Amino acid sequence: MRRDSGVDLYTQGLDSLGKDCLRDEAEESGTFEQRFQTRVDAEEKIEPKDWMPEAYRRTLIRQISQHAHSEIVGMLPEGNWITRAPSLLRKTILIAKVQDEGGHGAYLYSATETLGVSRDELIGQLLEGKAKYSSIFNYPTPTWADVGAIGWLVDGAAIMNQVPLCRCSYGPYARAMVRICKEESFHQRQGYEIMMRLSRGTTAQKDMAQQALNRWWWPSLMMFGPSDAESKHSAQSMRWKIKRFSNDELRQKFVDYTVPQAEFLGLTIPDPDLRRDEAAQHYRFGTIDWNEFEQVLKGHGPCNRERLEARRRAHDEGRWVRDAAIAHAAKQAARKNSRAA
Amino acid sequence: MTDNSQDWPLYEIFIRARSGLDHKHVGSLHATDARMAIEHARDLYTRRQEGVSIWAVRSSDIVASDPADADTLFEPARDKVYRHPTFYDIPDEVKTL
Repeated sequence: MRRDSGVDLYTQGLDSLGKDCLRDEAEESGTFEQRFQTRVDAEEKIEPKDWMPEAYRRTLIRQISQHAHSEIVGMLPEGNWITRAPSLLRKTILIAKVQDEGGHGAYLYSATETLGVSRDELIGQLLEGKAKYSSIFNYPTPTWADVGAIGWLVDGAAIMNQVPLCRCSYGPYARAMVRICKEESFHQRQGYEIMMRLSRGTTAQKDMAQQALNRWWWPSLMMFGPSDAESKHSAQSMRWKIKRFSNDELRQKFVDYTVPQAEFLGLTIPDPDLRRDEAAQHYRFGTIDWNEFEQVLKGHGPCNRERLEARRRAHDEGRWVRDAAIAHAAKQAARKNSRAA
Repeated sequence: MTDNSQDWPLYEIFIRARSGLDHKHVGSLHATDARMAIEHARDLYTRRQEGVSIWAVRSSDIVASDPADADTLFEPARDKVYRHPTFYDIPDEVKTL
């Protein structure tokens, strides 16, 4: 079975890229292509004005823009709790985190623009529902513990994927990722701390933390995208050094890191098949419900419609601000010109 | 079309991390005017005390060399090793040279 709609974390993965992102054999033959691959093999960075294969450019545009969209949509599930955070400190922390996500989206749109596509086109695709973003943000955040679980698990999974992206062959993407990774660590730690506080609290609070873990565990594992066997773009992306590790490798690493963290909290990972494989030094986990993953990707997740509607509403309601800013700039420029005349 | 940041020019942002250092390119952003560029740059690139000074330059005002010219522009310097101090053999007994 071939999966066309995989999601690889925030980047939505190479699996979800279209056919045009597969390599074009005709394009391969040139010496340009060979010189390009030699540079990539030598770990040289590719910069915006350098020659690059069209398929490399298209792959990057999709991957980076999907990553950017994920950051922007990712503001919504947590933004839901800003007005109801349990203390002023938690509220300020959450605002800072959501602001960071917006910033990450902006860095990534900037990086995408260096590839010759406009931000408006990309945002247009998101608002029209044509662009993909990470499946994870289509799940609801019914309790405060979900904010903790997102920071701990979702941002934790994101870090796992994003750290290798700091070494991506495309310079502007790699630089944006360095900036993002520095900030993600705060996100994960504040989330874990929320979980810690809740799991050491009353029975009701601990239960709330457990319920949140139950909700976010499997969707977090799905963030790494389809298994390697079904990931058709991985090999090319690895050759181009856009991707450094396979989906399954990263997922395994995430599980290995996270299980002891859950044990520390005294919470139970919702997987009856989870067990320690001492010989391999890994935690073995149960089967992922790929059907659920497919459904969420196709737009049938719990919150797909709500998320897009919220984005569209924000865009529409902000229109007058954008218009006013342009009118103001035009007026200032005209005034300056008339003074100069 | 006013509902389009395409009308918002692209600015390249440079940040001085602290006095004594050069401004360094950090990325780009869209803004309707110079003032908005500075304000957005502050929000976007200095949320954690990353800078004490911001330069915003209209991307369209930047003149860049073409990577295709890299050989002609930068290659000639390679055989001019005599420009470097290590080119010259000076006996060890000669001090402070």
